[in-house]
Amino acid sequence: MIPRRISQPTNDSVVQDERPYRRDLKSFYGLENEDPDAGNPCNIDGAHFQPETYLSKLIQEKSLTDLMDEEQKMVREIRGLDSDMQTLVYENYNKFISATDTIRKMKNDFRKMEDEMDHLASNMSAITDFSASISATLQDRRQQITKLVGVHSLLKKLQFLFELPARLNKCIEMEAYVQAVRYYTKAQRVLHQYEHMPSFQAIHRDCETIIKQLCCKLREKFKQKESTAKQLTECVDLLLQLGEPAESLCQEFLSHARHKLDEDLEELDRQIKLYIGETTPGTEQRPSQAYVTSGMDVLEFVDLGCNGFLSNICLVIASYNDMFLNRPQADESLDTIALRKLVIFVNELMEQYFSFVRKRVQLEKETGDNTILVRALDRFHRRLQAMNKLLPDTDFSRAGTEIVSRGAKDRVAHYLQSLKQHFADCLTDIRQSLAAPRLVGKQDHNARLSDLLGNIQTSVVEQIKSVLINLQAFIASDITFAMKPYFRGPFCSQDVREGLVVAFIKHVCSVCNDFCEVSGDKTMTPPTLLLILSRFCIDLENATISYLLSLAEEQFMVEDKTSVTTMTELFALAKETGQRLLNHYVRFQGLTISQMLRKSVETRDWLNTIEPRNVRAVMKRVVEDITVIDMQVGQLYEEGIRKERSSDSSRRTHALSSAAQQSRRQQWNYAPSVDNSLMSNIQKLFSEKIEIFSAVEFSKVSVLTGIVKISLKTFLECVRLRTFGKYGIQQIQVDTHYLQLYLWRFVSDENLVQVLLDEIVCSAVHRCVDPTMMEPSVIDLICERG
Amino acid sequence: MEDEAPVIYGLEFQARSLCAQESETDSIRFLVGTQSLRSENQVHYIDFDDENNIINKTIFLHREGEIWHISSSTFDASLFSTCYNKTSDCKSELKAAVWQIPESTDAFNSSSEDTSSAHPHLQLKCYLTPEENVDVKSILWQPAGDSHSVIGLCEDKIISWDLNSSTSKVTSSFNVEARGQHKLTCGRWNPHHNCNQIAIASDTSIRGLDLRTMSQVFQIESAHGQLVRDIDFNPNKQYYLVSCGDDCRVKFWDTRNVSEPLKVLSEHSHWVWSVRYNHFHDQLVLTSSSDSRVILNSVISLSSEPYGHLLEKDENEEGDSDSLNEGQQEPVKDGVIATYEEHEDSVYAVAWSSADPWTFASLSYDGRLVINRVPRSEKYKILL
Repeated sequence: MIPRRISQPTNDSVVQDERPYRRDLKSFYGLENEDPDAGNPCNIDGAHFQPETYLSKLIQEKSLTDLMDEEQKMVREIRGLDSDMQTLVYENYNKFISATDTIRKMKNDFRKMEDEMDHLASNMSAITDFSASISATLQDRRQQITKLVGVHSLLKKLQFLFELPARLNKCIEMEAYVQAVRYYTKAQRVLHQYEHMPSFQAIHRDCETIIKQLCCKLREKFKQKESTAKQLTECVDLLLQLGEPAESLCQEFLSHARHKLDEDLEELDRQIKLYIGETTPGTEQRPSQAYVTSGMDVLEFVDLGCNGFLSNICLVIASYNDMFLNRPQADESLDTIALRKLVIFVNELMEQYFSFVRKRVQLEKETGDNTILVRALDRFHRRLQAMNKLLPDTDFSRAGTEIVSRGAKDRVAHYLQSLKQHFADCLTDIRQSLAAPRLVGKQDHNARLSDLLGNIQTSVVEQIKSVLINLQAFIASDITFAMKPYFRGPFCSQDVREGLVVAFIKHVCSVCNDFCEVSGDKTMTPPTLLLILSRFCIDLENATISYLLSLAEEQFMVEDKTSVTTMTELFALAKETGQRLLNHYVRFQGLTISQMLRKSVETRDWLNTIEPRNVRAVMKRVVEDITVIDMQVGQLYEEGIRKERSSDSSRRTHALSSAAQQSRRQQWNYAPSVDNSLMSNIQKLFSEKIEIFSAVEFSKVSVLTGIVKISLKTFLECVRLRTFGKYGIQQIQVDTHYLQLYLWRFVSDENLVQVLLDEIVCSAVHRCVDPTMMEPSVIDLICERG
Repeated sequence: MEDEAPVIYGLEFQARSLCAQESETDSIRFLVGTQSLRSENQVHYIDFDDENNIINKTIFLHREGEIWHISSSTFDASLFSTCYNKTSDCKSELKAAVWQIPESTDAFNSSSEDTSSAHPHLQLKCYLTPEENVDVKSILWQPAGDSHSVIGLCEDKIISWDLNSSTSKVTSSFNVEARGQHKLTCGRWNPHHNCNQIAIASDTSIRGLDLRTMSQVFQIESAHGQLVRDIDFNPNKQYYLVSCGDDCRVKFWDTRNVSEPLKVLSEHSHWVWSVRYNHFHDQLVLTSSSDSRVILNSVISLSSEPYGHLLEKDENEEGDSDSLNEGQQEPVKDGVIATYEEHEDSVYAVAWSSADPWTFASLSYDGRLVINRVPRSEKYKILL
């Protein structure tokens, strides 16, 4: 019991809260009462409410206070319900009253309407009566009136015909040709129809003559040069209306237009001639224009072409279209003939025009200013595109683009030429500054090689950069043709990348190669230039080429890389060139020193020479020259790898090898009669074959080794051609020892110097009639003194 | 069967003179002169047995001195000349003599016998003495072999002797005007024009002289960048000349137009000392150099063989019946045929055999004589 009590109030309050909404909703939706509570006799709102059950239930279940509360609540509710009912009743009452009023008013109105309807009906019947009587009366006269109206119009027409000649005359007098033609065309048919009647015949004749006059006049006007295009159009229109043959009119129109266009073209031609500097009669006749003797620049020229020739031809095409092509009544065959005529005409003229423009643009490649040319080309291109729309069947833009690309190509070629020139200038500069500084002193001279290299590198790179920047004008975003793929693709990849950058690099390489070719001839290239150029080529390979190419590709957004020279190809080219130059340099310097050695060996009488007291001056000279070369090469090339590097160890090996040499000499001393070829052959078996004029590496040591090898081999060959006496061989001993003392430091493998020098001494011993060797200590002494 | 391998023969002395026995046309014979200041010099008479690949040598003693130049007679197989260096204490002179190979050599010398004392001496035919005391650098025999005259090249002179009798007689002596101080380095008797011309080289230039008038026929100024070492005439094309020199190049000239060489070869890596046309197939040119290599070149474009369009015409006439011809269809090009690296010292002389068109000898300073043959493939290419 107790839990139910506790739960009851909550249940109750929920029921009470829900009740009004639910009711409202249900009544609104008209739903059946599905409330499970509905059948409950204790539900006070339910249909099956039974007061007794409810009451007894209440009394049974609730306490007194509860009951009291319930009672009060009940009373309150009853009271609320009462007042609700009252307001409802009142409202409904009000509505009912107003409804009653409305109904009464309607009753009144209907009554009035009924009266008026009656009135209308009576009027209508009166009208019907009247109309019936009128139609009855007018029945017989209608035919007569129609006839009269017909006669009237006929008379009017006749009058028009009779007046026609006069009118036409008047119109012609007033030059109102349009009017006249309109009159005539109106009357023409009738006149034709009634030609057999004499009176009409006369009129017809008159009209014909007048019209013929008119035609003549029109034609005259048509032929006049001064008449404007609009007037022409009018004339042609009228003439066509008058039945003139269209074909001949086309011809005439075109030939007339041709005169004017030819004038434009002549003007263009004159300008070109002026620009070239050919004197034209025009300048002399018109002194006022004498100041333009230099001709206009390309932009003005293109403007002149656009405004004069192109706009005129556009006008001609447009009016021709209007006159001959776009006429609604014209028949097909005529149309095609006319169109063909126009196309032939336009093509012919455009070809001339293009040839002029082409000529003019070609003239432009010499000048320095890019922007004007680009703007001119742009204008030209734009104008042509506009024209294309006018005459759909033909394609002038292709020819136009060709001219534009040709112009761009010429420009690139011109730049390439100037780059080449610049490179040649650079070379001349280097030659000059190499030739000049002998006065200044050696140290200064030496310090400058790397500067010269730096100069030529930066100036070449800068030059290319500036050219690239200049050329960028061609692909600026505001230029129409720059956006066309058929221009842009080939221009960027073929012209700029291939035609300029790659071609320039190839040119540099071929120029450098040429330096290697002319070796035997008298035109001497300073060897230091060869050295600088070889370094230049190596730097090209290492950095400059990739820099320049990527710069060009970046600036010109080269995408199509299918048919271009690859970077590796250029690398290989540059490297090969550098190698050739360096080889040539080594050969050249080697030969210079060889020459010196050869002369010194050939001119001496080795049989009858005096006892050696000094190292021969030529040996000192050789060492000096090699030192200078060493310094020069050292400025541009890395040191390179030696076989034995440390000065300590090399000193020691040197001492050792000289000891070995010494022992060998001892042998020669004691057994001079035994031929030593066996000895040297054995030695050769163990040492590698020395390649004299072999390719050198890109390092100082390798270069110097090459030069020393060439020099010593020459020395050897020359010694073999001579015969030596006792002191002769001793002099050779001294000389070779001296060379050994000083040359080892330059070469990669000092053993090599040792082998070559040994071979020289060995050969000299063979060629000696009295091989008495000098004491090594004495040799040392002489060499140190020298 | 022929063997492609080279045959090597070692001399015990150093040597720089070599020549083929020009008037011998049956067997392959070469003459080599040694160069030694301190022992008695020798002339090695080499007979190469082509069939068996064997060298038969005969050594003769050359009593006069070390041999700088050797050349064989064109009319008598037993005669040859040497230029030798005669040294005394204070001077060395270059002299020339004509020698005769002793008759009974074959019987006398079996090749196994090799002690130097046993070698026979050469028979001296005559000395070739110039009127004045000048060095004779080389001797040239009249190439046609129909007159018994020889020419000696001195430093600045050309002397000719007549050998008709057993003694020699100076018939003419001509001073070559010395341009600068350059001495003559080498010379070559032109086999064309009735043997009336010789070409001489001094320093970097080459000159052609008419022997009758001693007037200049042509002159190639600065033919090479440096000293010209050797020249040779094309045996079949009378105006073609080849030269070589210290600039490591071999150049072909047309003596009628000497402004530019017809062709330049630069295969060698050091001075080129000797260049020789093959007498039978003038597209084969042999060069030797102090880079110790011998190179056999094919210069068919400048040879008397049909070349280019001429060649094609010939082939068309022949038709396609011969299967061997197909190998030859591709155009023959100039180029190196072979490089021979058997030497280990500078190769100063090279000579074609006068008997066999495919055999040649080369001699290096260390005394190594190498006999080689043109590669068989090349030989067939030329023959077929």
